[in-house]
Amino acid sequence: MKDIILKAENISKQYRLGQVGTGTLSHDLNRWWYKIRGKENPYLKIGDTNDRSTKGTSDYVWALQDINFEVERGEVLGIIGKNGAGKSTLLKILSKVTAPTTGSIKSRGRIASLLEVGTGFNGEMTGRENIFLNGAILGMTKKEIASKLDEIIEFSGCERYIDTPVKRYSSGMTVRLAFAVAAFLEPEILVVDEVLAVGDAEFQKKAIGKMQDISRGEGRTVLFVSHNMAAVKSLCTRGIVMEFGKIIFEGSIDDSINYYSEIFSKTFKEDPIHKDYANKIEFRFSNFEVNDKLIHSGATLFLGQKIKLKLQFLIKDNLDDLSIAFDVINKSGELVSHLTNEDDGFYIYKLVKGDFLNIEIETAELLFIPGFYCINLWVGIAQRQALYDIKNFFSFSLEQSNYSKRTKALPQHAKMYLHSNWKIPDIAKND
Amino acid sequence: MNPTPQSKEWLFEITPKNKFLSLNFKEIWQYRDLLMLFVKRDIITVYKQTVLGPLWYLIQPLFTSITFTIIFNNVAGIKTGTIPPFLFNLGSIMVWNYFTACLTGTSDTFKSNASIFGKVYFPRIITPLSIVISNLLKFGIQFGIFIAFYIFYYVRGFNLSLNVSVLFFPVLIAFMGILGLGLGMVISSMVTKYRDLNNLVGFGVQLLMYISAVMYPMELIKQKLPNLGWIVEYNPLAYVIETSRYMLLNIGDISFLGLTYAMVVTLVIFFSGLLVFNRTEKSFIDTV
Repeated sequence: MKDIILKAENISKQYRLGQVGTGTLSHDLNRWWYKIRGKENPYLKIGDTNDRSTKGTSDYVWALQDINFEVERGEVLGIIGKNGAGKSTLLKILSKVTAPTTGSIKSRGRIASLLEVGTGFNGEMTGRENIFLNGAILGMTKKEIASKLDEIIEFSGCERYIDTPVKRYSSGMTVRLAFAVAAFLEPEILVVDEVLAVGDAEFQKKAIGKMQDISRGEGRTVLFVSHNMAAVKSLCTRGIVMEFGKIIFEGSIDDSINYYSEIFSKTFKEDPIHKDYANKIEFRFSNFEVNDKLIHSGATLFLGQKIKLKLQFLIKDNLDDLSIAFDVINKSGELVSHLTNEDDGFYIYKLVKGDFLNIEIETAELLFIPGFYCINLWVGIAQRQALYDIKNFFSFSLEQSNYSKRTKALPQHAKMYLHSNWKIPDIAKND
Repeated sequence: MNPTPQSKEWLFEITPKNKFLSLNFKEIWQYRDLLMLFVKRDIITVYKQTVLGPLWYLIQPLFTSITFTIIFNNVAGIKTGTIPPFLFNLGSIMVWNYFTACLTGTSDTFKSNASIFGKVYFPRIITPLSIVISNLLKFGIQFGIFIAFYIFYYVRGFNLSLNVSVLFFPVLIAFMGILGLGLGMVISSMVTKYRDLNNLVGFGVQLLMYISAVMYPMELIKQKLPNLGWIVEYNPLAYVIETSRYMLLNIGDISFLGLTYAMVVTLVIFFSGLLVFNRTEKSFIDTV
């Protein structure tokens, strides 16, 4: 028999776009006018799905639409999705920070939320005082905090500063102290947003370890939102994938991550934006190869593999000094690498109208941290005049391989793995 | 899914709107430690890194009383009977201050705590409650200095007397706090959408003081401004201030009709405050 501890039924959340203020009063009055006549709120009917990129037809959007799910006791549920998919809104509703527009959430346990570390920290107060204040804000009683005070202080590693005002702390110390308080929360259900994305690597490791203890060792029910797939994978037992305010997939955490990676690469593939500025060159084809085998956009590559790329252009006008550039973008939208022909000392001069231009490019070993990447292509004249600017030209997902001897997952907050040689040098002997 | 016997008992439910008036006392009780920690924070952060510390709570009413005494009593010639004008002013200002501190403190509850409210849930009413309580402590300190001056003047031979009504002074102060809290809750709820009110509170409180019989006895306004005296008479605060002087200094009249009127207004404001606060707290974060 299932032991359901949390149940969300038809949760929807509507937000008003634009300036709140202009027309607020008139909308309020209108709503009230409908209400006294016993009619439904007129603004509930309108509203678009929350797709940021397209212009909607009304000022209201649905950040969440008809969300239904159940969580069993002891389950660690990962909620994944792109930015703007509605994950944080869902967490806000679960933690009672804001109310849903429709629907309800039923719970059989106390919910504590960790949407941020250090909520309510007061710089004037000492570390010790802040532990009590922050703990109480998170829902602990004074007694509970007092009984765990020593552990909290020890976990934070701020013992020496504990009676110093927090405003004198370094930002790292503040985060440590704040997380330490949160780590000793003992609710039946814990709701955690991307709080692990703060602090240095050592601290993150400690924080994730603590999260694992909480969820595994103590059998707590946890709802966890993160962009860090390695953390999600190691912590969660089940997953929900969200897009545009809806749940589009629900299943085991591995299936969820795979599903997410598919929609991620799918959105990359959709409609490369061709911007033809001049009718000077025609892009004929591109082939991506790994180990002499053709690969397609969205393919899975492994750490240490090299990509070979063949491009063909038809020259439609005499050209000189052609530039080709690739941007490699990670899933957070950060530029992780920028490749150009000039940087590698390769110049493309004096192209004659009617010729075909064939170019082969081979990269060095791919050493990016495993994850999703997309490549943008830019073709232009002398690095200035753009002829082609193709976003999402190619995408791939990179996985860890034995190229790195590390048995655990490479740290996700790192950007790249640097292959290095290690040795103990022979000590020069004195003759 | 088969409904198991247990699945009927949900601990709580999150729904779009609160019930008409649902004050969850049990929940507030669970968060009593937070309430006290907020009070502690309000009190200690004010004088951290200051030299005079809690003395600052005394400096403001003392200097205001001195100024009032010079301007209203010495220059404008307002008579306070046998009571030293300074003591008259100090007593009134102390009570008035408690009201304004409660009102201005609670009136921007949602706005000034948006960063906390946006990240974590606790019964929102804890915040305005903590303001009322920490101001009560400040009021206690100010009351101490009032007693000191009372004794000082008494020893100096001024004709000061008490009557039995002084025993009800705490009740009066409680009502003042409730009125400030109620009004503050109404305003704080509306400020989340209409920021205009914020501007109103600042000078509104100042203007309100002049019609609340703070620096003059109520009797005086009726004599001097018979046409406008009704403004003061319709102001429930004036009755509270006037009564406080009756209790502490045994001057003026106690108007039971006026006092009843003040109490009714207070309760109406307080419950409407609770009502709108309750309605606002669930989704204000979307508009603030």
